Amino acid sequence: MFDALSGVTVLEYAGFVSGPYCGKLLAEMGATVWKLEEPVRGDPARGYGPFPSNIPHREKSGLFLLLNTNKHSITLDPFSPTGHDLFLRLAAKADLLIEDRRPGEMAEMGLDHQQLKESNPGLVQVSITPYGQDGPKASWKASHVNSFHASGEGYTLPGGMTHALFPDRGPVAGGVHLGEYDAGLMAASAAVAALLAKETWGIGQLVDISKQEAIMGLSRLGMAQAMGQDIIYDRSRSYEYGGIFGCQDGYVILYPREDSQWKALVEIMGQPELAQDPRFQTRPARIQNGEEVNAVLSQWAAGLGKEEIYYLVAPSGCPTAFFSTPEDAHRSPQFEARDFFEDVTHPVAGTIRQPGRPYRFGSGALAGTKPAPTLGQHTRDILCGELGLAPEELSRLGRGGVI
Amino acid sequence: MAAGDETPKVALAGVRVLDFTNLLAGPFPSLLLGFLGAEVIKVESNTRLDAARRPPYSFQTAGGGDADRSPVFNSVNLNKLSVQLNLKEPQAITLAHRLAAISDVVVENMRPGVMDRLGLGYSQLRQDNPTIIMASISGAGSTGPESSYPGYAPAFSALGGLGHLTGYGDGPPAEMHDSIDSRIGATALFALLTALFRRRRTGQGEFIDLSSREAITMFSGEALMDFAMNGAVQERRGNREPGQSPHGCYQCLGDDRWITIAVGNQEEWIALCQITGNPQWADDPRFADALKRWDNQEALDQLIQNWTSTKYARETAEILQNAGIAAEVSIDGKELAGDAHLHARKAWDFVDHPILGRTQVPSPPWRFSKTPATIRAPGPLLGQHNWYVLLDLLGTTEYEVAGWVKSGAID
Repeated sequence: MFDALSGVTVLEYAGFVSGPYCGKLLAEMGATVWKLEEPVRGDPARGYGPFPSNIPHREKSGLFLLLNTNKHSITLDPFSPTGHDLFLRLAAKADLLIEDRRPGEMAEMGLDHQQLKESNPGLVQVSITPYGQDGPKASWKASHVNSFHASGEGYTLPGGMTHALFPDRGPVAGGVHLGEYDAGLMAASAAVAALLAKETWGIGQLVDISKQEAIMGLSRLGMAQAMGQDIIYDRSRSYEYGGIFGCQDGYVILYPREDSQWKALVEIMGQPELAQDPRFQTRPARIQNGEEVNAVLSQWAAGLGKEEIYYLVAPSGCPTAFFSTPEDAHRSPQFEARDFFEDVTHPVAGTIRQPGRPYRFGSGALAGTKPAPTLGQHTRDILCGELGLAPEELSRLGRGGVI
Repeated sequence: MAAGDETPKVALAGVRVLDFTNLLAGPFPSLLLGFLGAEVIKVESNTRLDAARRPPYSFQTAGGGDADRSPVFNSVNLNKLSVQLNLKEPQAITLAHRLAAISDVVVENMRPGVMDRLGLGYSQLRQDNPTIIMASISGAGSTGPESSYPGYAPAFSALGGLGHLTGYGDGPPAEMHDSIDSRIGATALFALLTALFRRRRTGQGEFIDLSSREAITMFSGEALMDFAMNGAVQERRGNREPGQSPHGCYQCLGDDRWITIAVGNQEEWIALCQITGNPQWADDPRFADALKRWDNQEALDQLIQNWTSTKYARETAEILQNAGIAAEVSIDGKELAGDAHLHARKAWDFVDHPILGRTQVPSPPWRFSKTPATIRAPGPLLGQHNWYVLLDLLGTTEYEVAGWVKSGAID
């Protein structure tokens, strides 16, 4: 079994998407993740949804259930003096702390890295914020829409076909909460790198993750191309020919870049004569007659279904894709064959078919996914079991609103 | 580093990566491993030239040398060493095995089966080095009925579901390009680092089979949950966020200038009414609370748009932030390159490339307080490190190397 991070203890003091996604990735690799949640309300993701039948319930939020698999939940209010002491004691037992408070807030709470290090010199702390811990925008607020547009990628979306239809409209952020996931993924890699450094050098450290920089770094190819050629990519960026085509039930991409791909495609289309047509025979000719190429492809695609086109064209080697919806993903034979989705049974929300993990390991499967915790499910186990609190102490803390 | 300073500590001290990758999805994780201090050896050749060394990414010159004139190759291969091995030649394959024997990680993004046919599959490399960690990045993974289908970045944005979820609600899906490959590579990086951690503790090697389509599908997150729980198919929603308003991207003065504004609570809403000089909005029953504003968001968006249309994006973002409201310009590439905040954080770095000159590239995407991730060298010229790799690392002789150049094994 591939349980790479077994033996690693993580304290997660973070909510919504980025920090919890980072914690989830580590938890699914075998780390023990203690998730600190605000008493009563819990992680804001618990209130976000989607909810079964659209009825809000803090144990049934799809976002929370997805992002907190394999974790333990402790309710704790670190703003209270008693909660503060418990936070320090938990941090003293952890290898890694993930936190997403605004820069300076942990210090105001008496929980900055220097203080945490006093009781745990080897602690690795990963701090995730919109703009990083310093710099002129460090105190700026950002929701996903702001962070994504701060990265440069938003300005280039949604791209050529949309731009041709709606030339006056503005740029858009990546779908759902793309940039928040990006930051969480980058933070998770940093966390493991810092844990490796700890193995080698015996040191803990502070890792500063800026969501803006995490997202921006993904566009380095386009940036290098644009800067090298002194152009700015915007929403008009488009295929020289080919690209997106509407079909009966959605959209596909057809991009016969090479001559061999064009030939294969027109044979599948039942119009092999187009391979010899001087307007389309070579790539330069196709670029020059792009509109005619697109008219031919558009007419063909319009009469077929998106998956029909994909399964006809993809085996030929001609670049193609269909625009997959969440429903298509759930029904994909390829995902089915690789067991990408996994049924996860939660004590309150029931059994939900969740996306698993995008990697397979030769040494064996990852451990089966455990459902996200209910709010405070492990408070007692961890405070009594790990910190040695007496059970009667718990009820006192509960009455005091600390847990 | 000034003389006398101790050697800087790096996270991946002593880790060597053998890189058989091409273009971006594969080069990206090895780039990031290099930032973390690994020594990355890129195996390439004129016969199988990295796409990033070819047009449209490289500049063409009359005298040739195109392969070394690519800002894109430079940016995604910083710190790496280049050795020319023509994998069509048996002698080059032998040398690749010898390199695998002294490496810790192998990364490749050829189609499934190609490395095996070359004799460089995991089961073969494992015989050279039982603790090798190998990541194979492919379109759909190495198994399943679609494993042999070709793939490239825009295809994964479509097949991975992000295209469907990105764009205007009443428009077609979005076209996403190179960032998609980076996201695949970032996923591979995480898997590789966890395998390195495991090896550190257990001494075991690993094979990682990474599906690009699965990697991108992960980002659809809660939309996949909505289908699983409710059979609901979420659609594109522009810049909107359910339940929040105002929340969008609004046009400003200037050429294609836009500002994003996201009001998260009532306090911020009141602040927005004040700062825009429209205190009467706060008393408008249509906008009384978040739900009312959501129900009347088109009218509200129009009011905000009217206000921003006479303002400059950057200074308006500052004014709104000073009032406690999340706001930011939709920053274009050129503005990003000069952004004061990013420069203050050294989020941009400058490297001197022997042919391209001084180039500006994004810094590593993390700040480590004790083991800094660094850019130490530009992207290599093709074959720049042939001597170091073949003579110093493998201990071959100049005479042997000359023979391999002649036979075409080094190309």
